[in-house]
Amino acid sequence: MRRIRNVTPILSVRDLEIKFGSRTAIRDLSFTVDPGDSLAIIGPNGAGKTALLRALLNLLPYEGAIEWAPDAKLGYVPQKIAADRRLPLRVSDLLEAKARLLKISAQDVRSVSARVGLTPELLETSVGILSGGEFQKTLIAFALLGDPNVLLFDEPTASLDELAEEHIYELLGDLQRERHLTVLLVSHDLSVVYQFATKVLCLSKGKQCFGPPREILTPETLEAVYSAPLKFYEHHHER
Amino acid sequence: MFHSGEIYAVVVALLFAVAAGLVGSFALMKRMLLASDVISHVALPGLGVAFLFGFNPLIGGAATLLLGTLLIWQLQKKTGLATDAMIGVVFAASVAIGAVLTPKEDLVEALFGRFQDLSLTAFLVGIAAVLIIMLVVFRFKDELILGLFAPELAAATGVKLERLNLYFLLVFSLSVLVGLRFLGALLAGSLIIIPATTGRRLADDLSHFLLVSCVASVVAVGSGFAVTHYLLPQFSPGPVIVIISAALFMLSLLKRPAQV
Repeated sequence: MRRIRNVTPILSVRDLEIKFGSRTAIRDLSFTVDPGDSLAIIGPNGAGKTALLRALLNLLPYEGAIEWAPDAKLGYVPQKIAADRRLPLRVSDLLEAKARLLKISAQDVRSVSARVGLTPELLETSVGILSGGEFQKTLIAFALLGDPNVLLFDEPTASLDELAEEHIYELLGDLQRERHLTVLLVSHDLSVVYQFATKVLCLSKGKQCFGPPREILTPETLEAVYSAPLKFYEHHHER
Repeated sequence: MFHSGEIYAVVVALLFAVAAGLVGSFALMKRMLLASDVISHVALPGLGVAFLFGFNPLIGGAATLLLGTLLIWQLQKKTGLATDAMIGVVFAASVAIGAVLTPKEDLVEALFGRFQDLSLTAFLVGIAAVLIIMLVVFRFKDELILGLFAPELAAATGVKLERLNLYFLLVFSLSVLVGLRFLGALLAGSLIIIPATTGRRLADDLSHFLLVSCVASVVAVGSGFAVTHYLLPQFSPGPVIVIISAALFMLSLLKRPAQV
């Protein structure tokens, strides 16, 4: 896909370095994201994907420059595993807590919930008994409250079955078009990345690459990134 | 049949029960219920010094409580340490130091509390403390929920987690302090622990959880005072309240768990 050159990026990262004690997770990383882009961040475990998202959210100390456009408004969907589902909370408890903090109206909570497919019945369900897909929708609705124009998404479909995974990506694609969202996505699922991303950033120990999927998602690059031959095949979906 | 000092004491105790139910519910969700035991035990050396030198036990208790709170806050921040081991050490050491310091004739009162009339000033201070606890819990309820559910999500939403933890620990300790007088150092933590545990057994959503915890706490305190006043005046109310509270928890076990 050819892009217009002089779009002001919504995010520019220059010479980023993230350290955990003496271990360097990310070094010399530079890339830009334009409004409306879908950036997929791929790489093996421990390559610093989640650390990068957290640094972009300003939750981690870093060196180098991370510049968001002044109008960038971030919504974050963390890894499912990072949430405590044993708490006595209903979906609505969670969404309303954020709405009150950001002074968002109850009407907005209802419309966002409806948009991601959380029925009134699901809103009254305890987070502990939601299915994986329902829980992921809850996290997306949570992120969408406050009307962000950038979504940062960590492993959206880990531990979801294929059908639920399809639903989430469909929803994400629809939301992106409707709301002109920029999406940054950490994913392991390369076929989804191929279908969904407009740019790919791969992180790997000692090697980084950045570009459109067709250039990055070649067997040679992937082998270098994951340091092992990977089975990868292109496939296309009809939406 | 009651005079005003008694009524003041009972009113403060009942309001304290509500505050303890609220604070305990959040402490249970934060998995820090045992910290209430540690904090209350830390008060014991302070009580001991106060009894020894004859000043108001609550002042001694408050001083060491503040120390204990800051200690636990530091422990929470540096989770690399074996927190449970540290809690075990602080717990035992405080009781031992308190037992040595406290004059023998005051030890039972320091450990188990006693029913005491309240002056108007003490009543007003007690009411103010309980109101502060409730206001802080309600003011930071949403932040606490998000912080408990997913700390990163809370931080990304703009919640200052460390400061929030400190505020919570401070009201937590304030609750222990209010309970200290009539429950004693050994039992002051139990009204934070037991009713919340009962509430969690019986409720699956936040508002019911908070409600049941508070009701269980108020019922225990109210009936504990009634029992020791009318039926068993030879006992001090603290242990009776805790026994009733534990009995309510046992009753809650009759309910089949909806989920784990």
